Amino acid sequence: MYAKTVLIKDTDTTREDKTREAYTRLLDCLREDNLHDHVQVVRVSDIGIYEHGLVLKIYPDNITYANVQESGLKRIADSIRDSKVLEEFVFKPKARQLRLVLRNCGKINPESIDEYFASEGYLGLKKAISDLGQQKLIDEIKLSSIRGRGGAGYPTWLKWNFAREVKADQKFVICNADEGDPGAYMDRSILEGDPHSVIEGLSIAAFAIGASKGYFYVRAEYPLAVERINKAIKQAYDHGLLGKNILGSPFSLDLEIRLGAGAFVCGEETALISSIEGKRGTPHPRPPYPSVKGLWGKPTVINNVETLANIPQIVLKGGKWFSKIGTQTSKGTKVFAVTGKVKNSGLVEIAMGATLREIVMDICGGTLSGKPIKAVQTGGPSGGVIPQDLLDTPVDYENLQKLGSIMGSGGMIVMDEDDCMVDIPKFYLGFCVEESCGKCAPCRIGGFQMLNYLKKISEGKGEISDLPQLKRISQAMQKASLCGLGQTASNPVLSTLKYFEAEYKEHILNKHCPAGKCSHLITYNIIEEKCKRCGICFTNCPVNAIVGDKEKGYSVIQEKCIKCGRCFDVCKFKAILRK
Amino acid sequence: MEHKKINPELGQLLNKWKDKEGNLIMILHEIQNHHGYVPRELSLELSKMLDVPLARIYEVITFYNYFKLSPPGKHRIALCMGTACYLRGAAVVLNEIKGILGIEEGQTTKDGLFHLDVVRCLGCCGLAPVMMIDNKVYGKVKKSEIADILSKYIKEE
Repeated sequence: MYAKTVLIKDTDTTREDKTREAYTRLLDCLREDNLHDHVQVVRVSDIGIYEHGLVLKIYPDNITYANVQESGLKRIADSIRDSKVLEEFVFKPKARQLRLVLRNCGKINPESIDEYFASEGYLGLKKAISDLGQQKLIDEIKLSSIRGRGGAGYPTWLKWNFAREVKADQKFVICNADEGDPGAYMDRSILEGDPHSVIEGLSIAAFAIGASKGYFYVRAEYPLAVERINKAIKQAYDHGLLGKNILGSPFSLDLEIRLGAGAFVCGEETALISSIEGKRGTPHPRPPYPSVKGLWGKPTVINNVETLANIPQIVLKGGKWFSKIGTQTSKGTKVFAVTGKVKNSGLVEIAMGATLREIVMDICGGTLSGKPIKAVQTGGPSGGVIPQDLLDTPVDYENLQKLGSIMGSGGMIVMDEDDCMVDIPKFYLGFCVEESCGKCAPCRIGGFQMLNYLKKISEGKGEISDLPQLKRISQAMQKASLCGLGQTASNPVLSTLKYFEAEYKEHILNKHCPAGKCSHLITYNIIEEKCKRCGICFTNCPVNAIVGDKEKGYSVIQEKCIKCGRCFDVCKFKAILRK
Repeated sequence: MEHKKINPELGQLLNKWKDKEGNLIMILHEIQNHHGYVPRELSLELSKMLDVPLARIYEVITFYNYFKLSPPGKHRIALCMGTACYLRGAAVVLNEIKGILGIEEGQTTKDGLFHLDVVRCLGCCGLAPVMMIDNKVYGKVKKSEIADILSKYIKEE
């Protein structure tokens, strides 16, 4: 068993990789210090830091050194021997993650309430009930200025206050864990990694408004999350943190899980309420807002998982503490699920106000392919595409909205030059059309028509008059749709039209897809110089569009070609040109 | 086809929900967990048990993607078509599966061995493109690997 482990990697990509040399040199230095039996050195292929020269990570001390010269390795070996830290090499990242919501994820055992107790668990609830009382609690949340993390960014305290002021014999709280945005999974990670923090948050919300019954509305597609919440609820009951007279106070709360059944629209709060009531998940016009008239006509507060996971700490450390993090209008941190064409995909939690570039380049390491970023999409199917030249925008609710996107639940999808800006909105719109509940015409018909236009354009049949038409339908949908799904479904189209109109025009006027994505606009040709006349494309073509023989060589008959790309895939000599 | 009835085991599960408000979706979940789909006979029985019209039960079943009206295949292939998977080539993988099995999405092969579903996000975008067969997750799948993966299941027969 080694006492220490050192990870080593040369992160400078502009020159030849020197990891191996540095590795050998470090081993020599350690041997000189007689440490070679105590320190294990591991060469890693990715260390999570980029373009910072030679990077070393020392565990269990958790020290990171960057930009280390080979001459510095001896001093590092000595410092390990002397258990010292060499300040001059310590890595100081520009953008640092700040883990408030994800603080326990991966650190504590999510199935153990004792480990949650050890990490200040349920102290927030205790403080709320015994020290603060309803009014002061809501004041504290108001002071923190936390806004809903589900998408719209509505101030949480306002929701609570409305529900509190309504007189009713029964009130409800609901945790919205119907995370339907394809490409976002922060709620799942929180529920699976730290379920008690959400239960505590929900209990505090229930106490604030005087609710005695709460529901977790969870996607059925997340069986592990369901299992963990179930277990956590049971543990909370066993410890007197749920049920009658919680912590010796008159406050009582029962929690129950209700499963979603695969409908994106059920993330909308009025649709979610219908679904819990056991009906089709169709939205209702607001007002009346659920805070006044919600589940079974009673005042109901619905909060997103991430919002609730923030609450216990706000209560414990005070609203003032929380309001110091973030920007003027958006406080606290936000968890983003960074995916797509990115080197390090995963969850990133960062204080509001960090720029997109910091998130995508500094934390996630840029694109996987090394090609330049073309755009970043935020907010899932309701969000928009932000082009590369606006990546220095600080992320908060207002800024994203100004750019034609939204914060949404925090999906962030990185796209490089191989992604087509007609194909992407087509994908998102296809999703919204499929998930539209069909209740209101603007969403049902508008979405379908827009999708038809996009299909037409991507098939090379587009006309220039389609573009204003797309904008008109978008505006109609934004204004007239009943719920958030329809109102925002056109965002991907509008934002790509705004920033990448030239690409649309290229599809329409020149019948050409610059990214090479739209299969109807691609042609396949055989490059004669590269072709070895093996005939594999000829035998594999499903429609006999490739003609010729081993003597004369082969060629593609464009009229017959169905653009399946089979020849491109099977050619071992890269002799097929896709354009 | 055998005639499906609410058996005692299922009956017990349903009794737990019988008197709760808004129970229909949870009851349908129990039935589907038990049978793999919601058989029509059970919907009929349920309609009597809960005293709600059959149409109300069907309007809910057909609204939600999760509920199925026909028995699923022996192995369920769930191919993720979330944004991350789509960008990393899930559409190509889907075409390959369709080509090999000769079915469209939402269909079951004639021998009842495979059922193909396209799902929206399995929540592991880091592994995109992702495919799940029953409970096994295949990450970073390539078009060229599909035939091998499927043949493993065929050989088991």
